[in-house]
Amino acid sequence: MEVFLQQLINGVAWGSIYALIALGYTMVYGVLKLINFAHGEVYMVGAMTGYYVARWLGVDANPSAGGLLIVLLAAMMVCAALGMLIERIAYRPLRRAPRLAPLITAIGVSLLLQNLGQIVFGADPKVAPGLLSSRVLVQAGSIAVTSLQVVIFAVSLSLCAGLTFAVHRTRMGKAMRAVSFDREAAALMGIPIDRVIAYTFALGSALAAAAGILVGLSNPKIDPLMGVMPGLKAFVAAVLGGIGSIPGAMLGGVLMGIAETMVSGYLSSTYRDAIAFVILIGVLVLRPEGLLGKPEREKV
Amino acid sequence: MKSSRLGMGLLAALALAWGCQKKEAGEIRIGEYGSLTGNTATFGQSTHKGVLLAVEEANAAGGVLGKKITLITEDDQSKPEEARTAALKLIRQDKVIALIGEVASSRSLAAAPEAQRAKIPMISSASTNPQVTQVGDFIFRACFIDPFQGGTMARFAFEDLKVRRVAMLVDIKNDYSVGLSQFFEKTFKELGGEIIASESYSEGDIEFRAQLTKIRESKPEAIFVPGYYTEAGLIAKQARELGLAIPLLGGDGWDSTVTLEIGKEAVEGVYFSNHYASDDPSPRIQEFIAKFKKRWEGEVPDAMAVLGYDAANMLLDAIRRAGEPDPIKIRDQLAATKEFAGVTGDMMIDADRNARKPIVILKIEGGKFKFVKSLAPQ
Amino acid sequence: MAVPKKLPNGAGLLIAFVSLVAFDRGFSLLDNAYLNQVLILAGINIVLAVSLNLINGFTGQFSIGHAGFMAIGAYVSAAASVYLSVPFFSFVENSLGWPIAAGQLLFFPFLLALGGLAAALAGFLVGFPVLRLRGDYLAIATLGFGEIIRVLILNVEAVGGARGLSVASPDPRYDIRYEGLFAVFGIVVLTVWALARLSYSIRGRAYLAVRDDEVAAESIGVSAARIKSEAFVISSFFAGLAGVLFAQSQGYVHTNSFTFLRSIEAIAFVVLGGMGSITGCILAAVALTVAPEVLRPVAEYRMVAYAFILIAMMLLRPGGLLGMKEFSWGWFFRRKEKPS
Repeated sequence: MEVFLQQLINGVAWGSIYALIALGYTMVYGVLKLINFAHGEVYMVGAMTGYYVARWLGVDANPSAGGLLIVLLAAMMVCAALGMLIERIAYRPLRRAPRLAPLITAIGVSLLLQNLGQIVFGADPKVAPGLLSSRVLVQAGSIAVTSLQVVIFAVSLSLCAGLTFAVHRTRMGKAMRAVSFDREAAALMGIPIDRVIAYTFALGSALAAAAGILVGLSNPKIDPLMGVMPGLKAFVAAVLGGIGSIPGAMLGGVLMGIAETMVSGYLSSTYRDAIAFVILIGVLVLRPEGLLGKPEREKV
Repeated sequence: MKSSRLGMGLLAALALAWGCQKKEAGEIRIGEYGSLTGNTATFGQSTHKGVLLAVEEANAAGGVLGKKITLITEDDQSKPEEARTAALKLIRQDKVIALIGEVASSRSLAAAPEAQRAKIPMISSASTNPQVTQVGDFIFRACFIDPFQGGTMARFAFEDLKVRRVAMLVDIKNDYSVGLSQFFEKTFKELGGEIIASESYSEGDIEFRAQLTKIRESKPEAIFVPGYYTEAGLIAKQARELGLAIPLLGGDGWDSTVTLEIGKEAVEGVYFSNHYASDDPSPRIQEFIAKFKKRWEGEVPDAMAVLGYDAANMLLDAIRRAGEPDPIKIRDQLAATKEFAGVTGDMMIDADRNARKPIVILKIEGGKFKFVKSLAPQ
Repeated sequence: MAVPKKLPNGAGLLIAFVSLVAFDRGFSLLDNAYLNQVLILAGINIVLAVSLNLINGFTGQFSIGHAGFMAIGAYVSAAASVYLSVPFFSFVENSLGWPIAAGQLLFFPFLLALGGLAAALAGFLVGFPVLRLRGDYLAIATLGFGEIIRVLILNVEAVGGARGLSVASPDPRYDIRYEGLFAVFGIVVLTVWALARLSYSIRGRAYLAVRDDEVAAESIGVSAARIKSEAFVISSFFAGLAGVLFAQSQGYVHTNSFTFLRSIEAIAFVVLGGMGSITGCILAAVALTVAPEVLRPVAEYRMVAYAFILIAMMLLRPGGLLGMKEFSWGWFFRRKEKPS
């Protein structure tokens, strides 16, 4: 039982990272019906930005909550800008093109960022700045919960709540919902589509940056290719929770984390990578709208 | 039919012109192929730094046999078939007389048959799969093979640390890791020990708590982690966070400052096998570290770099002894290497064309790698 | 869509055969193994591209897991070389009483059939759950399967796992690898011929119908599910053949050769060449195989250039180089016609 609980805790903490990344996927997909393959790389850029900013400010030498906040904000701003840039250059021109075109560009942008990252940042792994030290908060028998795990989960949850608030209680949020419901009608109603979409990308990318910083706290190895697998798995998480649904992304992320951890812990760690894809296919076949999504009828 | 023969002749002439590179009379061409890009770029780039340093040093000292060494480096994108392509290009287009490469046994295995076929000696800096040198008598290596390193760590664990129940955490995507773990397990069991758990991860992973929690359940006395420094530090950190205060054991893949940077206090007390100890006061080692830092802007050499350096120098030494840049003579001299003073130890090439050299066990103490003991090859 | 005027037929095949022999002999004269390697890789990429074109271009289904099928073909044939060569040749020699040369002649089709059919079976199994999905979901699902296949292979010790597998027979008498240009390009020509015939046939029309409007196609009696599955299976079969060629020519297989990146490269061929143009795919495959070799001096930027090509193609010329058209000699001669 103790093992199970420990694995559960591990899974929830790890899944919170997926949740943050998944939020970006789900928002962009809701608004544009596009899988933003480059999202995983935005997460990577967030982590890298944190690394360089922390070193530049000298924050990594004296960790503090204030330092963490500055680094977090810096990374989120940089990635928001990056997200908007990507949208503007690679996706906007293809808004009228068949669905596959932006998917291919997305893959292209992803590859571009990975390889540029290797050239600019260097291929060797870097140590993320230790902006928050970790203590064991709770120790019950052999179960340990570290303060970092709690922080990660708490931050994810609050960002998710903040996002839900933004989407349901603000005007921009309403515009986003309108655009995701019916883009043409929204445009006819006078909603500035381009701006709304840019805003969506900015928000989603900022969240990915936050994920990048948080993951650097608990798993401090960062490198230019770190976004590939988490990006894919976070997408699966978004699908699992119901693509287009914000609480779904959070739920999906946490479930993914738990699933991966449980499979590693109880079945076999060799198949851990495959589990994400098995879940994906399972969801797509059995319940394509995801856990919290609404079934869509395909119109002729 | 005259026109078609003319056509063939023209084609052949064009191809020949493309095929023959202009060769400077006073130069010796050596080829290096490695993963300069792709997901194992960090290993290829590190190795390259060591190889280049060795070549530049040789040239600064007047070259080899009075000739300048031209190092032609080709990237294989971390892919086996590209390793073969790169090797073929170096052999056929650039007409190199010897090849250095690769780090990954899979890529060495892809390229080695071509080197063997073309009768060009190939020396791998860090491929540890015994199969690599079995490809043919033109294939050599400058590092330990898995049976030796895995067996040594097993013996150390059993005899020195006196542990009997060991768990393993293996990188299943990596033949180095898999190979080491197989031989560790074999020797450890032969000695009378038990492998009570074996979990796996993939290179590139950053989250190991699930596997470590499972390992914790089996209550091991030590954990063998035959992986690379890219994951080692994180594994140690997470193990400690989960309350696993037992000794961690590793192979030469741990050798890098990245391990210390990421692991910090968590890697204190880790034992791993390596080629040399950086705190060894021997001038050979200290001079190398100083030279490397100077050449590469303060960067501390890791296992890949130092092996690349030694492999290159071993090759240059063999060329010197051969007396002329003839691939067959070089191969013979490589095979006859009885005492090569490398940074990673005094080596000899044995009958299987593998390097025989002492292995050192290091312990991480106070943020540094400290020498524990050295074991001579059997 | 321009239907090419002259479809290859039996006589064309004979011409192809003779050209192949000349091609093979000609390049053996040069004795440049590097050149051969590039040509062979180009050939394998052609098969991969043209087979993927059937799904992506003609049937409009987006599959980014093609490397998985190639991997199956490669590994099955490699395993056959290692484990089945002795039984096979013994059977030919002892039970049938034929000379070894006959065995050698038959072993290649045997390997091709095994690899291709295994991949086709995988295509069928994958297609089952996956083909009812729409556009991007299908893409991700196929990507998922590509990865699942790779992870599964990695865990099979009998084919080497992380150590890879060398393609060699335990018995030196039966140790044969079909790595010549004739063998490789023979299959390339056969693949192109077969897929061209299929694509420009009545059945091919059905594929296009499904691509253009699935619901409408259903309403005129074209079973979309059946078509999609068929395209998937056929496409996987040829991807498997590409895998067999890969294993035979390289002599060593490892899952690192069949990653997601390989699938993306295949996509790049189809996108660059034009989704729906067989000749476009051939040109693109050759260009994208040769270009990295030419660009070796700037190898560091090779992948960056690749990524740029993908993005630029989609932004500037989403139809690809040839779009939906095939290459025709008529294009050269059109200018000579004078308007009357």
